[in-house]
Parts: sequence; C-alpha cells; structure tokens
Amino acid sequence: MKPRRILVWLALLLTAGIVASCGGGSSHSNSMQPIVTSGSNVQTVTVNAGPANNYANGLFTTVTVCVPSTSTCQDISGVLVDTGSYGLRLLTSAGGGALTLSLPAQTSGSDQVGECAAFVSGYTWGSVNLADIKVSGEQASNVPVQVIDPTFAAVPADCKDGGVPADDSLQMLGANGILGVGPYAQDCGTACTQTGAANPALYYGCNGSSCQVIAESLTQQVQNPVALFATDNNGVIIELPAVSSPQPSLTGSIVFGIGTQSNNSVGSASVFPLNSSGEFSTTFNGQTYPGFVDSGSNAYFFLDAAATGLTVCSDNSGFYCPGSPTNFSATTFSSATKTNVSFTVSSADSLFSNQADFVFNTLGGPNAGTFDWGLPFFFGRNVYTAIESRTTPVGSGPFWAY
Amino acid sequence: MNAGLHVTQNSAYSVHELDSPNGQVIREYAAPSGKIFAVTWHGSWAPDLRHLLGSHFAEFQQALQSSNGRAAHGPLFVEQGNLVVELGGHMRDFVGRAYLSDQLPAGVRAEEIR
Repeated sequence: MKPRRILVWLALLLTAGIVASCGGGSSHSNSMQPIVTSGSNVQTVTVNAGPANNYANGLFTTVTVCVPSTSTCQDISGVLVDTGSYGLRLLTSAGGGALTLSLPAQTSGSDQVGECAAFVSGYTWGSVNLADIKVSGEQASNVPVQVIDPTFAAVPADCKDGGVPADDSLQMLGANGILGVGPYAQDCGTACTQTGAANPALYYGCNGSSCQVIAESLTQQVQNPVALFATDNNGVIIELPAVSSPQPSLTGSIVFGIGTQSNNSVGSASVFPLNSSGEFSTTFNGQTYPGFVDSGSNAYFFLDAAATGLTVCSDNSGFYCPGSPTNFSATTFSSATKTNVSFTVSSADSLFSNQADFVFNTLGGPNAGTFDWGLPFFFGRNVYTAIESRTTPVGSGPFWAY
Repeated sequence: MNAGLHVTQNSAYSVHELDSPNGQVIREYAAPSGKIFAVTWHGSWAPDLRHLLGSHFAEFQQALQSSNGRAAHGPLFVEQGNLVVELGGHMRDFVGRAYLSDQLPAGVRAEEIR
C-alpha cells in the first residue's frame, strides 16, 4: 500500500501545480490569466537584462546541450527564446558566449558544414554541429544546431553582402544563444535542398577557411528542437504575466506541446492560421497591413511616424519617443478569426532612463508598412505557436493562438 | 541575373519588377530622367543590400555603426542624410525598402513605395 499512497500524493501535487490558481501564488496576471508553472513540459523563462546586461525586453531561458548519446553536457543560460526563428544557435566562448562544450561537427563529404543565418538586423555565422538538447523534461536527440563562432572559416561574401552586422559577440547578440521555436521545423526549408541559383546560400561546405554554397537536406538543416521532441512536438506556449509599468525582471513559462497534455490545451484562445509568408493581417485606422507575432522582437514595431503620429527617438532610430504615452487599437485577423488589441507606446528615452529596468510594456518602434507584435504583446497573454504540418486539437500548424 | 522583368509606368515614375530565381521580388522605382530613386524587396531570404543599394551601401553601413544604447531587436530603420533604409520581416520572410528622400519625383509620397 505504501507505494500506491506515494503515487496518489504525487498525482495530487501535480494536479495542484499544473495551473497556478488566481487565488494564490504570484505568477498570474491582473486579468486572471492562468500561467502553468510545473510539469515535465514546462520550463521557466525570464525577461531581464540578459548575459550582456543591456537587453531590453529579452526573454531568456536555460538549455542543456550534450554530445549526442553521452552524458557530457553543458547548461547554457541566457539563451533568447525566439518564436520568430527556427533552431538552436549557441555563441562559443571565443565570441564571449557560454558554450565551451565541443560538439561533433556536421560534415558534407570531407568538408565541415557552415551556415550564414540571416536575421533582419544581423546575421550569425558559424559551423553546424550535432547535439542532444534538453529543456524541462523534453529531449531532442542528434539535432543540427549552429555554433556561432567568429574564429570559424572566413565569412562568405554572400553573407556580408546582406549589409547587416555580424552577431558574433556577446555584446552584439546580447545572449548566449537563440532558441528558435517558431512555426517552422527548419530554418530554411526546401529552397536550401536545391542547387544553383534557386539556392538562397545559407549552407556552406568549408574546407579550412574556404567555403562554398552546398545543398542541405531538410533533416540536416538547423532544426526547431521542439519539432524533434518525442512528445509535445507540435508547438509551444509562451506564458508571461501582465506588466503595468517598467520593472527589472519578469518570470513566466514556456510550455511545450499544444493540446498534448492537461496543462497545454488551447481553451478559449482564438486561432490564427498563417499565410505562405508566415504572417497574418492587422487592421489599423481603416488600413490593412501584414503582421506577425515574435517573442524575439523587443517592442511593438509598427508602421512609421506618418501613419502613427509618433516621433522616432533622435538618439536611437529603432524606437519611438512620443511626447506623452499614446494609446492605440488594432485588429489582428486571419481567415474568420479576429481579435482587437489595445496597446500603449511611450518614450523609449524615458523608459530607459531608469538603468535598473529591463521589462517595458509600452516600448514601440518603427516598421514601415508592417506590424511586428513583439514581446510586449506577450505580457498578460498566453501565446501559442503551432509548427507547420503538425496536428493539434484545433487544426494543423502553422498558426498562432491567443 | 537570370530574372523575370516586368515594367509598369505612371506619369511620375516607372517601376521595374524583377523576380529572381530564389523567389525574391525586387522593384526599382525610376524617375522620368531614368534615375533610380527607390528600391523595394520581398522574399524568403535576406536581401543583397550591397547590390540593391549600390553606391549607397557604404553610407548605410556607416550609419549602422553610429547607433548606441539599448538596441532595437527586430526591424531596422536607418536615416542617413537623404538615404532612408528600412529592413523588416523575420527569418524566412524578409521585406524592406530604400529611397532617396530628396530624389522623390514631385507629388510622390514615400508611402507609395512598396
């Protein structure tokens, strides 16, 4: 009888811990949004200054990487949780990052595989290596990851011609790595499996310092590790409490799987299927614009000074600096689903004036012709990101729900 | 470049649309004089800004180096003299435009450049 009694107790504890009730605990929002805090598919995430101590609205977690099929592992903290990219990228200690573990290289013939991964405002360059990845109780085995390393082969001209800076140092990246858990399973897709002019030149075969573009199969491309989990592999939920004023840090959860466990059901959230560009639409002041949801963008990035009436900061053209806090309302929609979103933008200069604050619910910036619903959108809202072709109880990915 | 080319024209400017083999759509805006005053791009992959900005590429890169403080992580908005460059989108979908604000033909507003 004794073992059974222990099991009953465990079951009670798990049930109690699955959903932090609104009556107790501190990890829920003002609007009584439930935040899951325990479970084998739940990992703590924190918005804070990050490892470079200067990140505004950066969502971080810890990822364990291991040499495949061994217990030789390293915990990497300060990894940015990004629903706008796909795959795990880790900055080596050579670039000021945390990764010191030597992971086996992916090869193409006798060459080592390199990758130029383009982000909108920077690129990461380095080798492709293989790792077992562990987060919460989930594991993905033998996963192609990018090791960001400024001492790897010479950066190819194609990569530099993008014109944006290399995120090859802790100062530039602001993180020890990026955990890309967006709505796709690979960071490139079928285009990179092709040869010739149709290949977008992300993957390279490197012999010493000399690299040439190669075709890279889907399974060899850097992979969204969630898609490779044994279970809970159809997407993620980011759950962060509401924020009413600037603060030093904020704690929430990333929950793996959508409708796969009792703690990750979609409930009453609205489901927004993505179009072929990985986007949906946003209506603002009677006009419709493309839009997307991205935890790796650190503000509400939308439209421009002419369309919003907001002035761009004179000392930092990436953000808005209105004279006083300004309220906005927009409608996000896709197919038959529509949801109104209200938000406020205040001056980045005044938000940043308190050096101790790193969580900003009213940070905004320009993004001509588009709505990028960045991290402030996630505050007080559980946001589901479902992976392409994966089934969930509310339909197949890719979709967002909230 | 092995690309499809389409030309459309109105009284103020003509638009040359190039569809590149990797699926990128590039539009060049030319004034009646033939001078290119704007370029836009949209596709799954990052743009080749060295090619698209031509002689203004170095100017753009210099402007990037002058930014400081807590960075915007997301789109990029650069205004350097008369050169305006806007990069947007996310991994697997890149969009943006560049234009010379002093070269827009009379009556043409930046919002038309898409």
